[in-house]
Amino acid sequence: MRNKLIILALVLMMVVTVVAGCGEKKPSINVYNWGDYIDESVLDDFEEEYGIKVNYSTFATNEDLYVKLKQGGESFDVIFPSDYMIERMIREGMLAKIDMNKVPNIKNVDEDFMNLDYDPNNEYSVPYMWGTVGIVYNKTMVDDVVDSWDILWNEKYKDQIIMLNSQRDTIAVALLKLGYSLNSRNIDELEEAKAELLKQRPLVWAYQGDEVKDTMVGGEAALAVVWSGDAVAMMRENPDLDYAIPKEGTNLWFDSMVIPANAKNKEGAELFINFLCRPDIAARNADYIGYSTPIPEAVDMLPEEIRNSKVAYPSDEFLDSVKLEVFKDPMDIITEYDRIWTEVMSGQ
Amino acid sequence: MVNKGIKRLYTFLIFLFLYAPIIVLIVFSFNNSKSRGVWAGFTLKWYIELFQDANILKALYYTILIAVLSAIISTIIGTFAAIGISNMPGISKKIVLNLNYLPVLNPDIVTAVSLMVLFRFLRLDFGFTTMLLSHITFCIPYVILSVLPKLKQMNKHLAEAAMDLGATPFYALRKVVIPEIMPGIITGALIAFTLSVDDFVISFFNTGKGVSNLSIEIFSMTRRGINPVINALSTLMFVGLMIMLLIINKRTEKNELEKGEIR
Amino acid sequence: MKMKKTAYPYVLWLGIFIVIPLLLILYFAFTRGDSQNFSTFTFSLDNFKRFFTPIYLKVLGRSVNLAFISTILCLIIGYPAAYIISKEKVSKRNIMILMFVIPMWMNFLLRTYAWLTLLGRNGLINSIITKIGLQPLDLIYNDKAVLLGMVYNFLPFMVLPIYSVLVKIDKSLIEAAEDLGANRITVFSKVIFPLSIPGIMTGITMVFIPAVSTFIISSLLGGNKYNLIGNLIEQQFRWTGDWHFGSSMSIILMIFILITMAFTSKFDKDKEGGGGGLW
Repeated sequence: MRNKLIILALVLMMVVTVVAGCGEKKPSINVYNWGDYIDESVLDDFEEEYGIKVNYSTFATNEDLYVKLKQGGESFDVIFPSDYMIERMIREGMLAKIDMNKVPNIKNVDEDFMNLDYDPNNEYSVPYMWGTVGIVYNKTMVDDVVDSWDILWNEKYKDQIIMLNSQRDTIAVALLKLGYSLNSRNIDELEEAKAELLKQRPLVWAYQGDEVKDTMVGGEAALAVVWSGDAVAMMRENPDLDYAIPKEGTNLWFDSMVIPANAKNKEGAELFINFLCRPDIAARNADYIGYSTPIPEAVDMLPEEIRNSKVAYPSDEFLDSVKLEVFKDPMDIITEYDRIWTEVMSGQ
Repeated sequence: MVNKGIKRLYTFLIFLFLYAPIIVLIVFSFNNSKSRGVWAGFTLKWYIELFQDANILKALYYTILIAVLSAIISTIIGTFAAIGISNMPGISKKIVLNLNYLPVLNPDIVTAVSLMVLFRFLRLDFGFTTMLLSHITFCIPYVILSVLPKLKQMNKHLAEAAMDLGATPFYALRKVVIPEIMPGIITGALIAFTLSVDDFVISFFNTGKGVSNLSIEIFSMTRRGINPVINALSTLMFVGLMIMLLIINKRTEKNELEKGEIR
Repeated sequence: MKMKKTAYPYVLWLGIFIVIPLLLILYFAFTRGDSQNFSTFTFSLDNFKRFFTPIYLKVLGRSVNLAFISTILCLIIGYPAAYIISKEKVSKRNIMILMFVIPMWMNFLLRTYAWLTLLGRNGLINSIITKIGLQPLDLIYNDKAVLLGMVYNFLPFMVLPIYSVLVKIDKSLIEAAEDLGANRITVFSKVIFPLSIPGIMTGITMVFIPAVSTFIISSLLGGNKYNLIGNLIEQQFRWTGDWHFGSSMSIILMIFILITMAFTSKFDKDKEGGGGGLW
């Protein structure tokens, strides 16, 4: 009989472990953001002001975020996807409409960043940061003029080139180099881009994510494809670095805050989004990470060197002079993108 | 003798290879610069930064909590399982033992993704619970493997004799079997604890909601580049490990003296 | 004794957390559809067809090749070490073997990270090299760095099982051989080495399995340039979300390892050895 009791106890214990951890009841929101993309002290301030705990975790690419969300098992209240990913998520019904009455601070956002193609009526997203993609290079190591993506295929810089470990951005670089649209839906063009990237592989030193900042600041590589905000942060630490937007054009991107459809604390999420749109908070984030905020009042609060930076806040004339494209949702050909990227990363 | 010199040199080189990177980490944890190649004076600032890093402290808390819980739970389940298995008839014993070997032999990544698929299938929320369950799962087999040999060594008739003398099976288990196999149980618990502390791959795939252990935290730090705070963390972990080993060593020395034999 | 019932909770656990997950992986491997929606699954061999194309076979080839070379290197470096230690006095050899175990207990990622600091272009090794006036070397983000990371991380897995077999060898066997006139080389090649084969085989499995399936070493020390099969599986589950393709690769990896195991266990007479022998 006692044996049965032991078995019972053990089974009970197993059940307890399964149930354990489901308890915790203090208002909280789960925030999922890019790595190194916020001044984390802002989270503490939010918690202090509103008594809502922020469970903060990070992802590395839009695709990462999408898969995590799609696979479920974890629900988030605020996430920070980019333009094309927002478009896709809206299309797939993964996002909830934000009650903009609860986000009064959205009035602070510059009109230019509202009602963009990926969210035409601005129902789902509130802009967080924006920027371009370009080449950051070390002036002491590069003696050519950096004005074209071609330089990333120049044999002279073998093992001096860092590419982004991000599917959409890296394929876009190859498409742009070939003179195609970075939203190409033509399989032949994409295959050509793949061939280009495979050709480039022997020259690439590494495919990096956030660690590219360290590599470039440390002067370990000559050229790297980066997002403009990271370039600002790097140039602040190493004056030998400069940033160029190639003449073939580049990607203009917007990262926005959205609320997933299965969010458990939508009100908390809206409070949080509103909080991040407060000019002083937006300025703190923009100063800390180097990226460009879409809130003019916040820009005014930034230190002069950033406010006047041509990298972070290029003039309208400049923006008009280069071909800038915003990523679009690849829809049905996303599997082609996945395949091409896997093959590029597996190539020799 | 020349021969002896070569042997000495060889062992020295091997230990240099094994320890040089760790020593470098330790030394550079006191370096007053982010640089990896240049010494810029002594500092403790990375340690201060480490103790102010809320993420690392939270990860440390989860690492220890999960390691303790999974060590306790897997030791209990594993010990009873081992006792049960050793009393099973041939075929079912073989089947259970072979299945038990699966997580030991399977690559971590396969165990990790298979558990991830399972948790998804069961619609469990990824987070503390899933991480704990996966840790228990990969710890139990090691507990069983360290308890089973002790059961084999034990005199089979001991428990029977106890029961013949009127002990209930439970009493016999508690008073006769468990004390006999105690060394195996302790080894198993220690293995479970260290495996859990050290695990990265399985935790990486089976966590969520911002719950992370030290390995995951270190991984995301390395993804952000070189950070001397990691060096400080390594140093502390190394020192902690040495202290733990000293304690264990004292214990085993005592055991060895008693037994006069080395395992 | 009727105590076999105490194993039932674990048998249940085994079923839920070990058997069912593997069956699920198997199911995913042989189906296609939206990974998150079971009702869309249809039987298909496409995942395997896709894998058996040159590009993925090359990745498998590279993984096996690197794992193989690192296993051999571990054996070449580790065997003499185990042999030397086993000849030491009891007290000394215990300390030496402990010294092999200590780095192994240090967090795996920290050990790999340590090499990142050493090998980088601005790392310690290169700053010493440039100090003495030489050109800095390219030590990181290539397959040699990956190999180094593997050998460093897995060397103790080779040394420990070989050592534990070597110390168990009956001294009288060696004495007998010597009495019969065998010189030291013959004693080694005819007595010691054959007797240590079970340890070698355990060592090979214990190095080869983690080496062939790693994805961290290749991504940290290889700069994401040297994709191994572990990286491919990780990417399918974490980036592209194609669980079917990922599962099929997991199955292939498992089969590969089972074959290796079957091969090595032929030599391993000590059946209780295996993974548990280490402890």
